[in-house]
Amino acid sequence: MEFALIAQKFILIVVIFGISLLAAMYSTYAERKVAAFFQDRVGPNRAGPLGILQPLADGAKMFMKEEIIPTRANPFLFIVGPSLAIMTACIGSAVIPWGQQMVIGSTVVDLQVTDINVGVLYIFGVVSLGVYGIMIGGWASNNKYSLLGAIRAASQNISYEIAMGLSIIALLMITGTLSLRDITAQQHGFWNGHWFTWNVFKQPLGFLLFMVCAFAETNRSPFDLPECETELVGGYHTEYSSMKLGFYLFAEYINMFVSSAVMATLYFGGYNYPFMDVVNAHLGLTWGPLVGTLVLFIKIVAFIFFFMWVRWTIPRFRYDQLMDLGWKILIPLAIVNIVITGLIYNFK
Amino acid sequence: MRAKDFVIIQMSLFYFIAFLSILFALLVIFSKNPVHSVLYLILTFFTFTIHYILLNAQFLAVVNFIVYMGAIMVLFLFVIMLLNLNKDTEPVKKAVVKIASVVGGGCLLATIVASVKALGISEPVVLKTADLGLVKHLGKVLFGEFLLPFEVSSLLLFSAMVGAVLLATKDKSNA
Repeated sequence: MEFALIAQKFILIVVIFGISLLAAMYSTYAERKVAAFFQDRVGPNRAGPLGILQPLADGAKMFMKEEIIPTRANPFLFIVGPSLAIMTACIGSAVIPWGQQMVIGSTVVDLQVTDINVGVLYIFGVVSLGVYGIMIGGWASNNKYSLLGAIRAASQNISYEIAMGLSIIALLMITGTLSLRDITAQQHGFWNGHWFTWNVFKQPLGFLLFMVCAFAETNRSPFDLPECETELVGGYHTEYSSMKLGFYLFAEYINMFVSSAVMATLYFGGYNYPFMDVVNAHLGLTWGPLVGTLVLFIKIVAFIFFFMWVRWTIPRFRYDQLMDLGWKILIPLAIVNIVITGLIYNFK
Repeated sequence: MRAKDFVIIQMSLFYFIAFLSILFALLVIFSKNPVHSVLYLILTFFTFTIHYILLNAQFLAVVNFIVYMGAIMVLFLFVIMLLNLNKDTEPVKKAVVKIASVVGGGCLLATIVASVKALGISEPVVLKTADLGLVKHLGKVLFGEFLLPFEVSSLLLFSAMVGAVLLATKDKSNA
C-alpha cells in the first residue's frame, strides 16, 4: 500500500516536472511568436512546420555553446546561482492541485503532490527564495552590471513581497484556510445560486494586486529592471554563457508557468468550470477530473498569454516609479482591501 | 514496530540536521568573506526550518522560511553586497583591542563550558496534542489566551518601524 502511494506520487511528480519544463520550453517559442504578432512580423518559422521545433534548436544551441567562467569570478557560487534559480522555480508546483480526485479501478488518486496545510505560505516562501539565485549569480560574476542587477532584484523582490502577502491575507479572510486544495474545492462550479464561486469575483482588487506583484516577482516586463538591457548590459546574467544562461532564462519561464497556475488556482477556480457536475456525471470519476485538469491548463495558457501581452505592450518602469508603485500605491491599496474585506465579512 | 522505526528515523534525522546547524553556524564565524558568512547563515536558518518541521510546527517552519530566509537575509545580503567588504578595506585593529578580545572570548568560553558541565539532561517533553504547531491551533492560542502579549509585541514592532522611518527621513528636512 505504502509502496503504491510512493509510486503514485513519484509518477505524478515526474509528470508535473515534465509538463512544467515542456510548458517553459514552448513559452519561449510562444513569446517569440506573440512578440512577432504584436510587432506585425512572422517570428521563428524555419525549424519544423511553423517553427514548432525552434525550442529544441535553441536548447541544442545553448548546450553546444562554450561555457565561460570569468577569471575573477567565484567559480562555485557562479554555478550555484543558476542552479538555485531553476531549482526554486521547479519546486513551487508541488502544492498546486491539478485536478479533482481521480478514481482508477479501486484506487483514489490525488492530482496533487502534497496537500500541506500551509500551502499558500509554502508558495510564498518559494517565491521569496527565488531571488537568491539571481543575487548569488549576480554577485559571483564580479561584474558591476551584474551586481547592480542583483541588487535591483533583491530590493524589488522585498518590496513587492509585502504587497503580495497583504493581498493574500484578504483572500485568506474569505477562504479561512491556507490549504490550496480546500481553497480550490470552495470554488466548486461557477455559480452557487447567490454569487460567483470563483474568488476573483469576491476579491477583484486583491486579484489585481496579486497579479501585479506576480509580474514583479517573476521579473517580467514592465518590472524586468534586474535585466534592463538599456542600462545594465544584460543585468544579473551579463557574464553568463551556455546552458547556465539558459537556466536563468528557463527559470523565468517556469516561474511564469507556476505563478499562472497559482493565480488560476487562488482566484480563477483552479480546475473548476461551469457545469462541471454534469460533465463529471457523464464521463465518470476517471475521465471527468481530467477535463478539469484540461480547463486548468487552458486558464494557465491564458495567463501566460497575458504575461506576454503585457510585456510587448507596456514599456519598462523607471526605478523610482517601480518603488513608488510598490510602496506608495500597492501596499496602501492592499491594506484598504483588507479593511474592506473585513467590513463586508462582518456586516454580511 | 512501525512507530518505533519512525522514531529512530526521526531521531537520526534530528541528529544529522543538528550537526548541520552547528557546522553552518561555525562556518558563519570562520569564513573570511562576509558574503560567504551570510550564505552560511541562510543555510543555518534553513536547518532551523527543518527542525521546526520535525517538531510538527509547520506554520512556524514556513514563517521562519519566509521571514528570516526570504526577507531578512535578503536584506543582509543586499547590504553586504553593496558595502563590498574585502581584506584591503578592512581596518586593522590595534594590538590592545586584539588582546582584550582574546581575554574576553576566553572568559566567555570558560563560562559556557562550566554551564554545560552543570547542565543535566532534561526529560523529553511529550506534547499533549500533536497538532500544537498547526495554523488553526496557533491562531486560537495567539488571539485568545495570549492576546495581550501579542498586541503589546505588535505595538513594540510598530514603534520600532515609526522610529526607523523617522531616522531615515531626518536628513532630508535639514538639507
